Amino acid sequence: MTDAPIVPDFGDDDADRKIAFVCSKGSLDMAYPALIMASGALEHGIETHIFFTFWGMDMINKKTMGNLKFSPVGNPATHMPAALAPFPGMTTMATKQMNKQLTDLDIPDIPTFLEHLQDMGCHLWACKMSVDMFSLTEEGMIDGLDGVLNVSDFIELIDGAQTMFV
Amino acid sequence: MPVTTIGGQEVNVDDEGFLTEYDEWNEELAAELASNIGIDELNEDHWKVITFLRSDFQEQGETATLRRVAAVGGIPTKTLFQIFPKKPARKMSYVSGLPKPAGCI
Repeated sequence: MTDAPIVPDFGDDDADRKIAFVCSKGSLDMAYPALIMASGALEHGIETHIFFTFWGMDMINKKTMGNLKFSPVGNPATHMPAALAPFPGMTTMATKQMNKQLTDLDIPDIPTFLEHLQDMGCHLWACKMSVDMFSLTEEGMIDGLDGVLNVSDFIELIDGAQTMFV
Repeated sequence: MPVTTIGGQEVNVDDEGFLTEYDEWNEELAAELASNIGIDELNEDHWKVITFLRSDFQEQGETATLRRVAAVGGIPTKTLFQIFPKKPARKMSYVSGLPKPAGCI
């Protein structure tokens, strides 16, 4: 038998692929999707960028990034009676429950996750208008941030990228 | 399942070419698998990863993800990207004779 061995095609040649995520939400449940997809993209050797804007700034604001909340209000997918969701303590309880589920699955908290992505080569960018609006400083944002971009820089950055808005 | 010959040894693989039998792997085969995917020499860091992955697989029943190799195996993610360039999760599994990691992170 002289057949060549079966070797996986790791697709190292498709080096041109580029992915960008826009993170615009600051709640715990909306912070994870982009980070998980970014991690998948990076594992595939794809150039990956995350642009944080508006409420998404909470994901890279050192004061808030480790303490994002999940609220059942207005979310029918929690299957909780709508009248109960706004009760005091519900957000704390729902957040605690979600954090526990994530920990049980060995999914890191947001700051650790972002550090992991940076180790994989992910680029993190902050939105200029949001930085101004929330009076953020470089020291107040995640270490290793690649920079602050205005919309024109951002449009240039995503040239040729598959872009997802979260 | 296909059978293929790697370094003169017949092994069972899946359709993509990942080994399917844990016990068919050995150290000589690892070097052959590595060279198949462009890694010419396995250094100390490669072996650290391979050893961790194989023992972790025996305990957990699935291949560790990059995050687990870093968090539990103690091998930094940056190193993984250097020694198994571009697609470390898949490449490290392939060289270790294990399936691709099933976890997302």
